Amino acid sequence: MMGRLTIKETKVEETVVIGNREIRVEKPGGWQRLVEVVSRNPLVFIFIFFIIFPFIVPYKALATQIIIWGLFALGYNVCLGYTGMLSFGHAAYFGIGAYTAGIVLIRLWQNIWFGLICGLLMGAVTAFILGYLCIKRRGIYFAMLTLAFAQLLYFIGFQWVDLTGGDNGLRNIPVVPLSIFGLSIDIYSPLRFYFFVLLFVVLSLLAINLILQSPFGHVLQAVRENDQRAKSCGYETSNVRWLAFVISGAISGLAGGLYALNLNFVGIESLYWTTSGQVVMMTLLGGMGSFIGPFIGAGVFLYLEDVLSAITPNWMIFLGTVFVLCVLFFPAGIWGTIIDLTARRKR
Amino acid sequence: MQLFTGLSLGMLYVLLALGLSIIFGLLTVVNFAHGAMYMWGAFAGVATVAITGNFWLALFISPLVIGGYGLLVERTLIRPLYGRDINYPLLLTFGLQFIMIEIIRIFWGTSDHPFSAPASLSMPVEILGIFYFPSYRLFVIGITLMICIVLWIFLEKTNLGLVIRAGTRDPLMVRALGIDMRRIWWLVFGIGSALAGIAGILAAPIRSVFPEMGIAMLVECFVVVVVGGMGSLKGAILSGIIMGEAISVTTLFYPQMADIVIFLVMAVVLLIRPSGLFGKAGLLE
Repeated sequence: MMGRLTIKETKVEETVVIGNREIRVEKPGGWQRLVEVVSRNPLVFIFIFFIIFPFIVPYKALATQIIIWGLFALGYNVCLGYTGMLSFGHAAYFGIGAYTAGIVLIRLWQNIWFGLICGLLMGAVTAFILGYLCIKRRGIYFAMLTLAFAQLLYFIGFQWVDLTGGDNGLRNIPVVPLSIFGLSIDIYSPLRFYFFVLLFVVLSLLAINLILQSPFGHVLQAVRENDQRAKSCGYETSNVRWLAFVISGAISGLAGGLYALNLNFVGIESLYWTTSGQVVMMTLLGGMGSFIGPFIGAGVFLYLEDVLSAITPNWMIFLGTVFVLCVLFFPAGIWGTIIDLTARRKR
Repeated sequence: MQLFTGLSLGMLYVLLALGLSIIFGLLTVVNFAHGAMYMWGAFAGVATVAITGNFWLALFISPLVIGGYGLLVERTLIRPLYGRDINYPLLLTFGLQFIMIEIIRIFWGTSDHPFSAPASLSMPVEILGIFYFPSYRLFVIGITLMICIVLWIFLEKTNLGLVIRAGTRDPLMVRALGIDMRRIWWLVFGIGSALAGIAGILAAPIRSVFPEMGIAMLVECFVVVVVGGMGSLKGAILSGIIMGEAISVTTLFYPQMADIVIFLVMAVVLLIRPSGLFGKAGLLE
């Protein structure tokens, strides 16, 4: 597998037809081969890349933020990219995960593992309940319903001040050391925390990979491509979608828990629709239906936000424009477009 | 008294939901920028009043500007997406609303803009000798009813309305009869946007005017449209009024629940009738 990574200095010649003119193009075969190798073994590539990642971004907290949001987008992608359900309410599961982890750490048990697992489970449970109401409808109804229910949760979180802190957010989430087999490790240096988050990213990637490779994963994609046909093959497609939705909610909840730990604070905006919108934009920017896409999307989005917000308070106008252009001209997203380009060159 | 307040709020929902509904019914486009258009309608009113000081002129200009803007958006941004997956126009308008909000923030800042009803409509009126009611709200109710009637006559009695209704049923057949559906779609998107513009300027004196005012409204209108049944104008009107009433009655008795009640109504309606009050099952899924 690793042998393929050595890039040979081969030149590929081909003719490109533009209009009625033929143009001869010389392209080194290296890039194309790299993209091919990466798209075939995304997990290996992601693992290697993420180990060096914190050393190549401007500051380490940004790297942590990117992989947390990347994880969220990855969970979202199970819904949109692999099952074809456009949800506009994933803030609900992310926010619930964040609040659950925070509240558990403050009130119940100061154990990070326990907090995160509770966040994950609550994300799944919320997705289970709301999924029951939303999954019956498809397409645009689904988008509108998920958005509406997420707003409902936002208003509840906003009003329930005793539990969530309302508008002020959930403050003072305790900083507790991580305990593994009786050892307690302090993870609150930026780099250590990054690798702690990375651990969960890797575990989630492996889990999702396992799910997608399984027969169930293939059914998911069958449902996305042709619901009727999957149904006539004997699959209860609404249950399949429901389960995918719950898995997606669980990963989002986990990402929310990590988000809470990262900031030691949960703001009410984590439940707000902008959070849902952000994850939709990241997933589309990066390219849906792949492992790498969501992380690229999260990286590009947060990096641009970081750079642009230093220049102007109205940075959203640029990201909005980028997003609109992306929908118009590159619906496959950054990673999808790269793959398309290399595939076209090969032909 | 509270019932009348609810009715005037419901009328705003009706206007917005009608716009969403006719656009959706014909183009199968869910316009996520509808809330931002409503907000632009209000700001167009603020700008007109700031320049001319005349509310009536603003009431006239807002829908024209927003309708024209809608025509432009359809022509340049949405038209290239016909024939692609139904989710793409939705995503596009979703991105567009961010741009629209930021543009307003750049010119007007993020704060609230006071906007008062014209002097001739600021006196309370006595109704049935029982209570006093702000006359502006009565005006909102009246003008919405008028718009509904005009829209109804337009759709039911004119040739163009006939084409639009036929286009909702079977666009392919209409095209086979030699009518350019794309121009109809274009026009309908403009009408829908203009309705959002009117709703914006009507809402300006009742609700506060700020760049994010359209967001909550958009979500509430989605709820209205889902409850009424996608693409059904009757449903949009009825459920708009129901939601307006639900909100204002809860505000009276249990204000904490006011933001939440419409979602509960929606959940109940969906459990009983998954396609909404007047919706057809299986439409565009």
